[in-house]
Amino acid sequence: MSIQIGKKPIPRRFQQARWDEPVIFELSEAGQRGVLLPEVEAEVQEQAGDVLAALPDNLRRKTPPALPEMSQIHVLRHFDRLSQENLGVDLNIDIGQGTCTMKYSPKINDQLARSPKMSELHPLQDEATVQGMLEIMYRLEQMLKEISGMERFSLQPGAGSAAIYANVAMMRAYHAARGEAGKRDEVITTIFSHPSNAACAKTAGYKIITLYPNEDGYPDLEALKAAVSERTAALMITNPEDTGIYNPRIAEFVETVHGVGGLCSYDQANANGILGITRAREAGFDLCHFNLHKTFSTPHGCGGPGAGASGVTAALAPFLPKPTVEFDGQKYYLDFDRPQSVGKIRPWYGVAQNLLKAYAWIMSLGAEGLREVSEIAVLNNNYLLNQVLKIRGVSAPYARGKRRIEQVRYSWEQLSADTGVQSEEIGQRIVDFGMHYWTSHHPFVVPEPMTLEPTESYSKSDMDEYVATLKHIAEEAYSDPQMIHNAPYHSTIHHIEHECLDNPQEWAVTWRAYKRKMNQS
Amino acid sequence: MPEKPKIVYPYIPNSTPQARADLLDASGAASVEDFYAEIPANLRLQRPLNLPKALLAEAELSRHVNGLLAKNTSTQEALSFLGAGCWQHQVPAVCDEINSRGEFLTAYAGDPYEDHGRFQALFEYESMMGELLNMEVVNVPNYDGFQATATALRMAARVTGRGRVLVAATVSADKLSKIRDYLTPDIQVETLPYQPASGLLDLSALKQQISEQIAAVYFENPAYLGWIETGAAEIAALAHQAGALCVVGVDPISLGVINPPADYGGDIACGDIQPLGMHMNYGGGHGGFIASKDEPKIVMEYPSRLFGIAPTRVEGEYGFGDVAYERTSFALREEGKEWVGTAAALWGITAGVYLALMGPQGMQEIGLGIMQRTRYAMKKIARLPGVRLPFEDSPHFKEFVVNFEGAGKTVAEINRRLLEQNIFGGKDLSEEFPELGQSALYCVTEVHTQTDIDRLATALNEAIQ
Repeated sequence: MSIQIGKKPIPRRFQQARWDEPVIFELSEAGQRGVLLPEVEAEVQEQAGDVLAALPDNLRRKTPPALPEMSQIHVLRHFDRLSQENLGVDLNIDIGQGTCTMKYSPKINDQLARSPKMSELHPLQDEATVQGMLEIMYRLEQMLKEISGMERFSLQPGAGSAAIYANVAMMRAYHAARGEAGKRDEVITTIFSHPSNAACAKTAGYKIITLYPNEDGYPDLEALKAAVSERTAALMITNPEDTGIYNPRIAEFVETVHGVGGLCSYDQANANGILGITRAREAGFDLCHFNLHKTFSTPHGCGGPGAGASGVTAALAPFLPKPTVEFDGQKYYLDFDRPQSVGKIRPWYGVAQNLLKAYAWIMSLGAEGLREVSEIAVLNNNYLLNQVLKIRGVSAPYARGKRRIEQVRYSWEQLSADTGVQSEEIGQRIVDFGMHYWTSHHPFVVPEPMTLEPTESYSKSDMDEYVATLKHIAEEAYSDPQMIHNAPYHSTIHHIEHECLDNPQEWAVTWRAYKRKMNQS
Repeated sequence: MPEKPKIVYPYIPNSTPQARADLLDASGAASVEDFYAEIPANLRLQRPLNLPKALLAEAELSRHVNGLLAKNTSTQEALSFLGAGCWQHQVPAVCDEINSRGEFLTAYAGDPYEDHGRFQALFEYESMMGELLNMEVVNVPNYDGFQATATALRMAARVTGRGRVLVAATVSADKLSKIRDYLTPDIQVETLPYQPASGLLDLSALKQQISEQIAAVYFENPAYLGWIETGAAEIAALAHQAGALCVVGVDPISLGVINPPADYGGDIACGDIQPLGMHMNYGGGHGGFIASKDEPKIVMEYPSRLFGIAPTRVEGEYGFGDVAYERTSFALREEGKEWVGTAAALWGITAGVYLALMGPQGMQEIGLGIMQRTRYAMKKIARLPGVRLPFEDSPHFKEFVVNFEGAGKTVAEINRRLLEQNIFGGKDLSEEFPELGQSALYCVTEVHTQTDIDRLATALNEAIQ
């Protein structure tokens, strides 16, 4: 018998954790306790008297909420098991979630933010007791100003879409201050800009004009010229767009909108490939925003908390959410005296712990390191593009012969036509190999889309493994499409029968709704 | 001097010269400049960014950031009575343990297969909040209680097809600012006055202001200023008589002892989950919840994600997914309901852990204990000379207003004196509620002992002399 162990196959023989975990209510055992509370001192109880008796009968809760009753280790074990049934950047080669910039979130930054000197600060503490925190926010603003060329930032928005909304609110206030509130009622965006640009502007009362790309995939300047008028409040646009294509005529777009008195807001969700390369300011933008949980590495938290940063030129600065963080040469302070401010976008001053993480990340890299981030993100993306295009059935529509910035929206149109396998199904199959994959925002302008963004965090061998896995699945689609239709096999669960989720008689957003509807059916 | 070797960045595996050369070669590019060919020269930054010197070593970075943080004094190093929408509660260690796990911390928007864990954890969060709130629909958290309130009011306007809302004048100025901004331009916001003696909503004013143009009546229970709105059921009834929805902001940690809005006529409940296991984080610990009955006309107006349970092809296996995804801006862009994006999912998971740890008994005990401590603190402080509690006779939960005018002092003066004793006094309300004069909002939770409260009373007594 030889002790030689054979080589690892590609793709890897992954098996995701499958704890077959019940829903937490099924784990309840009467009388169990997960935590105990400090006893109320006898004198306090006596002095306070019967506090519940002071409540009117219809406000006094007589039946306690039917929460699960569990010992501490059972709560811990349940959620630990659920966590194992989840893939994050730490575990997987997370290049399959293009536009989301799934880069490594350094552990040191999490550790620093867990300091009680950060986590146990109350936002209303006397400024003298939070000088360190205010300094971090002030310094972060200075760095973002330099990175974008803008003149002021608000760090208040809770994440990217909240920053987009803040920018819309500021533009609305700007036009109102010039007596043009009712007159300018249209916002122009592009289909390859994040849906929140359209949706936030609509929520704020604007009519939306969406530009589609020309046949090369570039935003269409002629279409923009036809769309602008004295009714144009703003252009809200991403560059590079979600296709990874950089719009070289962006300055002309901005000039066109400025020409009719509109403002231009730059969604910099896709900034990871252009740090230190090109900035919002040089292209003439009036506003921009960064997603600190994308470009600046703060963890994505299963969908937040993130952190957003809205940048503006001096002309828009009076409208920033309040307060701003200022420094008088001696001390840092919050400035609430901003009469033209749009007011509050969220409570307090922003997602402070993530502001600290973003600050630490920039400090750990400096100017040279940020440039390295972008160069490697772009290099990785173009390497990946070359490799992916060798796979049967896939293409990268638009901008033929041109390079992409930090992501690419691919199409499986050919493969789908040949085999009947859809892009979403490829996403369900790749799970079997311990990876994640994302199609695209809706609508699918690129047919059967797949959006990959390798960032700077992945090595050549990581990308090679991802590509080898995609190739394996593509070959499978041609040889055994049923294999893909029935996927996944090695995930926590099998194919979901999701039709009930769109049926009001059957959908259940809570366990109590599920039990009621189940009993009725 | 020999040239310094190129920095290999620990976060950037391909930053070795060899890796860069290999990738360029494989990409058919001479340099990374090839990839930037589309960016016009006049848009290129022709100089290095002017940023502080990098702190490349973890030791340097740690020293620098901890050095900055050392300038802060945390609430663990002082005795704090600050609340006003961000509250100091005990965070069970298991909450931090779970939300620090890389599988949850670093995941994002994965599908219900490879991210089954987050879907189940968030479904369980919704379900436990549903028990707390006695509602069948609860959203995946949005940003914070401000956003939850503003969105709940927009939802009410869409459900009723009406364009005006009535908001209790006792909400915080910041929340009112958010509501006004977010409801512009199509929904008018009018405030409802309160009774000066009790703080309770002025029902006669409500009767005058309510009409068939009103989409929603919004109040908070407990109110921002701490009292419990004992007229809640009458307010809800008046709203319903006019065909308006009753939207109620609640502090979820109060719901072990106080009935949830659903029990007194609330149609939509909303608020902030920060008290349920989130550190204050200088205001970064917020997450918003919205809850309602399972009626399609309301459910279809949620902008947020709603995770629901579904069967899989295997018997006994739970699957999860998005309920009625086609309402969202992810599906429909501007034709969706408002907008959805990255918000506060990790805090939803954490609040679920918190509620599971607390259980029914824990939620009862914490609610009762907070009410007892609050009343004890109110009685103790009310005895001080020149100090008055303007709403003392109403039942309270966690917070209460203290007026110092009888002592001839401003809140700023009092808080300065308290700070000298390392006590963070209550929030100064003198600008926010000028009609209350020199008043402050004090907050007492389960973290405060009798000794803490007594120490505050003694310090206040000295400060007013």
